[in-house]
Amino acid sequence: MMGFRVLLIKELREQIRTNRLVAVAAVFVLFGIIGPLTDRYMKVLFDAIGSESVGMTFQVPPPSLAGASAQILKNLSQFGIICALLLAMGSVAWEKERGTAGMIMTKPASRAAFLAAKLVAISINLGVAVILGCGVAYVYVVLLYPEAFPIGGYVAMCVLLWWTLVIFAAITMLGSTVTRSAIAAAGIGLVTLLVVGIVGALPVIGPYMPSSLPASDLVLGKDPGWFLGPLLFNIALVPALFGVTWLAFRHQEL
Amino acid sequence: MDAATIALVVVPLLLLQLGLMLFALYDLFQEDRRVRGDKIIWALVIAFANVIGPLIYFFVGRDDSRGVETGGVSAAPSASIAGILATWPTLSESTDAAVATTGLTKRYGGIVALDHLTLTVPSGSIFGFLGPNGAGKTTTLRLLTGLATATAGTGTVAGVRIGGTGGELARNIGYLDQDPRFYGWMRGRELLNLVGELHGLHGAALRQRVGEVLEIVGMTEAAHRRIGGYSGGMRQRLGIGQALINQPRVLFLDEPVSSLDPEGRRDVLEIISRLRGTATVFMSTHILNDVERVCDRVAILNLGHLVVEGPIDELLDRYAQPIYELEPEPQQPGSIERLAGVLRGQAWAREVRTMPDTVRVFVNDPSVAGPAILPLVISSGVNLVRYERARPSLEDVFLRLVAESGPPIAPPVEIPVTGLDGRGHR
Repeated sequence: MMGFRVLLIKELREQIRTNRLVAVAAVFVLFGIIGPLTDRYMKVLFDAIGSESVGMTFQVPPPSLAGASAQILKNLSQFGIICALLLAMGSVAWEKERGTAGMIMTKPASRAAFLAAKLVAISINLGVAVILGCGVAYVYVVLLYPEAFPIGGYVAMCVLLWWTLVIFAAITMLGSTVTRSAIAAAGIGLVTLLVVGIVGALPVIGPYMPSSLPASDLVLGKDPGWFLGPLLFNIALVPALFGVTWLAFRHQEL
Repeated sequence: MDAATIALVVVPLLLLQLGLMLFALYDLFQEDRRVRGDKIIWALVIAFANVIGPLIYFFVGRDDSRGVETGGVSAAPSASIAGILATWPTLSESTDAAVATTGLTKRYGGIVALDHLTLTVPSGSIFGFLGPNGAGKTTTLRLLTGLATATAGTGTVAGVRIGGTGGELARNIGYLDQDPRFYGWMRGRELLNLVGELHGLHGAALRQRVGEVLEIVGMTEAAHRRIGGYSGGMRQRLGIGQALINQPRVLFLDEPVSSLDPEGRRDVLEIISRLRGTATVFMSTHILNDVERVCDRVAILNLGHLVVEGPIDELLDRYAQPIYELEPEPQQPGSIERLAGVLRGQAWAREVRTMPDTVRVFVNDPSVAGPAILPLVISSGVNLVRYERARPSLEDVFLRLVAESGPPIAPPVEIPVTGLDGRGHR
């Protein structure tokens, strides 16, 4: 891919200089802390409020590693997907709108390299954020709970979380390329999120959705059962989405 | 909860949230920061949309450009530009065309933006591509640079077939958009480094080339500043710089002086003029004085059709109508209208244009019109302060040919290539 290395360095520099790397990392760290804290102190908080005083009874489960992992996954995946959409929504659309895509494309750089540099830079940004967010969450689990997650399972969960975010970034980037509008691209990302949620509940194809990957089992060291098929499908999804994006962009007039 | 737990729970969270919010607010309220929309609205979003507010601000609200910084532009002395360009490869003797198109056509739905353009631009020429707004100039440039795909027809640039971006075509051309926009967060030198690296330059060679280009476009002092703070003129200069970084064989410039002040215009025309022998320059413009100053050949395009193409002198000889200018003495109310009325009735007067203080008469046959004009002036009772046969300008030719071409039917007029030094690249 002609010009990939140069364009990737430019994209990474852009992530740093526009404070996107810092902003995404800060959000992940924040929610990485909130995850275990919510599980650990939710019951304490409700007990302190006193459920009888408001005439209602709250059934809050006691803190556990399972609860902590659920909170971490929920928080980081929800806000992670928002970050992925925000990172990818204008990646191509804004460059076309500003004319910078046209400027780059009159240089010896392939369109595939132009797109790949963006997707890889966004993935690296999300990767750094996931490492920081999951890292700080792990530290809080160690501090707040008598035992910690098995490290191998936790790393596997982080990798699956990161790859899920990359999938949503790739979908949004496809939207950004096809629609030429950042808002429409974000809309495509959100609709996909909705569809993935619905389809994930269906039999047969449900387990193949990114949201159905057994991250919560892996983190607790449980046997997730057979998931090689869904795993390979989700691994292949990103190159496939990239291929479609490239096909859409290949002959696009800039 | 004990104090240690509270500290563990609350302090990092508060610090992170507060830090993120303050970081975003600090960025927002920098004096020269531009945002999409209103700063106050963004401040409210940052402050009240907890965590997500700063995030949305950094991704959506923040504009990479900043308030315009002036200064930092200084024209390099002509000798300096000439000295630099003297070290660049020159175009060797060759009869190859720098640009050649055959029946190049571009349709957008039912609209024909360019209709069967057949054009040959000799290597080494500074070629002016003229036409009124909407004539198809930018479409042509986009087709030639690979940014758009032709509906029909073919073409070559520097011997490379057009169609598609990147690759061999990109190595041989430089391109400046009519409204050059770059990455606002980058500094001028960084952009040139990026473009140079894409062209395969590295290390000392890259540093030297970037330095030379900055000197040529007069941006050495401003090179360390963020592009987001550049004025339109500075962006235009930087745009020419990035187009020159690979020492292109063919340089495409779309309205290169449109956003420049007179001084900047002079400098850029000087640069273009000095590129003669180093690159073939293909520039679209509607500033005809500039074309007359630097170009040696022109093509006139109207409604997507090529009206005429050839060396400027030959076009003037062939199409410029003889013009007589008459300037009445002041203090003669209605003299302009009286003169124009008398002259318009003459068979040899092709067109009579009135200016605030002058009457211009375009004639068919000067041998008939010349002796006839003064007696008509005398009989009209108007006293003149000036009467002369004026040199027709390219503007006169342009206006006439564009007006006559309308929706053209006749095939474009071919002017034989004479007196040109056809050159290829060494």
